[in-house]
Amino acid sequence: VTVLAVLEHGLPADSAASLEPARALARRLDTPLIAAVDPGARAPEAVGQALADLVAELGPAAVVAPATDRSTDVMAHLAAVAGLPLATNCTAVYPPTPVDHGRTALPGGGEGRSGHDQQGGAAWVVTRIRAGGVLLEEAELDAPTALLTLAPGATVPSTVDHATPVRHAELPDLDGLDVHELEIAPGTERVRLVERATAATGVTLATAPVVVSGGRGVGSAENFAVLEEVADLLGGAVGCSRVATNNGWRPHRDQVGQTGTKVSPDLYIAAGISGATQHWAGCMGSKTILAINTDPEAPMVTRAHYAVVGDAVEVLRAVADEIRSRRPR
Amino acid sequence: MDVLVCVKRVPGTGSSITLTEDGRGVDTRHLGFTIGPHEECAVEEAVRIVADHGGTATVLTVGPPEADEQLRYALSMGADRAVRVDCGVADPDPQQAAAAITRALPLIIGTSGEHGTQSADDHGSGFDLVLFGNESADAGHYQVGIRVAHELGLPIVSGVKGIDVADGRVRLHRPVPDGLEVYEAPLPAVAAVKEGLNLPRYPSMRGRLRASRAQIQSIPVDVPVGGLRTRRLRLPEQGTTETVVLGHGPDAAPAVADLIEELL
Repeated sequence: VTVLAVLEHGLPADSAASLEPARALARRLDTPLIAAVDPGARAPEAVGQALADLVAELGPAAVVAPATDRSTDVMAHLAAVAGLPLATNCTAVYPPTPVDHGRTALPGGGEGRSGHDQQGGAAWVVTRIRAGGVLLEEAELDAPTALLTLAPGATVPSTVDHATPVRHAELPDLDGLDVHELEIAPGTERVRLVERATAATGVTLATAPVVVSGGRGVGSAENFAVLEEVADLLGGAVGCSRVATNNGWRPHRDQVGQTGTKVSPDLYIAAGISGATQHWAGCMGSKTILAINTDPEAPMVTRAHYAVVGDAVEVLRAVADEIRSRRPR
Repeated sequence: MDVLVCVKRVPGTGSSITLTEDGRGVDTRHLGFTIGPHEECAVEEAVRIVADHGGTATVLTVGPPEADEQLRYALSMGADRAVRVDCGVADPDPQQAAAAITRALPLIIGTSGEHGTQSADDHGSGFDLVLFGNESADAGHYQVGIRVAHELGLPIVSGVKGIDVADGRVRLHRPVPDGLEVYEAPLPAVAAVKEGLNLPRYPSMRGRLRASRAQIQSIPVDVPVGGLRTRRLRLPEQGTTETVVLGHGPDAAPAVADLIEELL
């Protein structure tokens, strides 16, 4: 029995970070950890098929992958080919406990359980993200091989009631790991990757240290000019709410939210955004949030660290002037 | 081109979420329902493809009779017909939802006959293109479309924000963190799409009228037991934020500039 960790080509940070909970899981189950590397630049369908072949060969207790778009896709293909359930976006994973080991600490202070569900098979328990992160679900996963994708910071709590801390941003040490490069068998690709364009690097919405976002309260496409101005002054990017994209004020690639980009800048300025859960899901990871809104009771204002009550455009215009006046000419 | 779009009835959650007392679901007594943004774009795309290439756009949901409301919304956007699959499970897991869809497809009236460009023997769906939202707005499992594609033996690409159909093939544009990937697959094919694919229309009055009169085909199916069972839902712990009000109107600018200097 093993735990199989699926890693992405070139080990991007999310993928590297998922290796630590994978190791914790292998320790917890007292099994070796094996890594499978997604070669990238191929259709997720073909990679999922290759992964399914490896899983059939190894029969692991669990297959874990980072909850990125890419790996989620690959894992869903694996799940479909193997006919197994898949729990996506897990924040905590509790393997089945042998009966003898007694009680397991469950999320939310729940009572321990024997490790066997009513059907008599051992079930895993996971906490997973729903609705873009504004809701959590505790679920049982009943399968001979548990397929899991791990959200950033996911934990594998030990049998005693404390979580295994996750070490971030360290390049994982692949030494001592049995690493399988997944190979795509010829003729298995029904979907062909025909073009791959790399976007110009620079300040992107997802990585900008400052995001200046506008919503309904900005009022028009033209009024976003002042958001651009403040973003330029601060070396940041402009974002927007779903209302702004639906009104045609901004392109969808600027949208912050559950169905847009998730951001976690040092400073998030929400200008004229009321703060529906759809938007909150995209900006809740920001270190500091400043809301500018005419309505002091707007959810965005009450959840922000700082707020200015007033018209978004007027306030930002004054802020731009103030920042410029403080800079040496 | 016969296009099928699969949508899900989800609570429109607004600014806060309240759970039922037993913690097993979202308290929907005071909520409206909707289809997710990804799915709204899928419906729009289907209607546009049919306008360009001819054929039909069919919208399908797995859900209770109340989900007819969401099907009628899709009809009002221009879909030609609607199918509601009733699997008798209140909140089917991804394996059950996929099984319900796959089992219902051969029972949809009028697909592989007069409209279909291919017979049902050629492939498992009777449709040339099947569209899903990339993930549902509530459960967010990211897999039902992929499971259906595999059951039907059809190619699928997820995360799609651009679709070009030509000469029996489809090109699917998938943005990735460092750029863009373009995939090509023969039709019939499946795509799981994301918001940004297009800007969905607001239904016209005429469309709403037509939708209110339309027949909705109801298909009962049995589904197997799934492997993922929800025990309860909870709201993430959030440290209560004490909002510091920096000021009112443009006069607050110096305080905002101070904050920016402090933070950056």
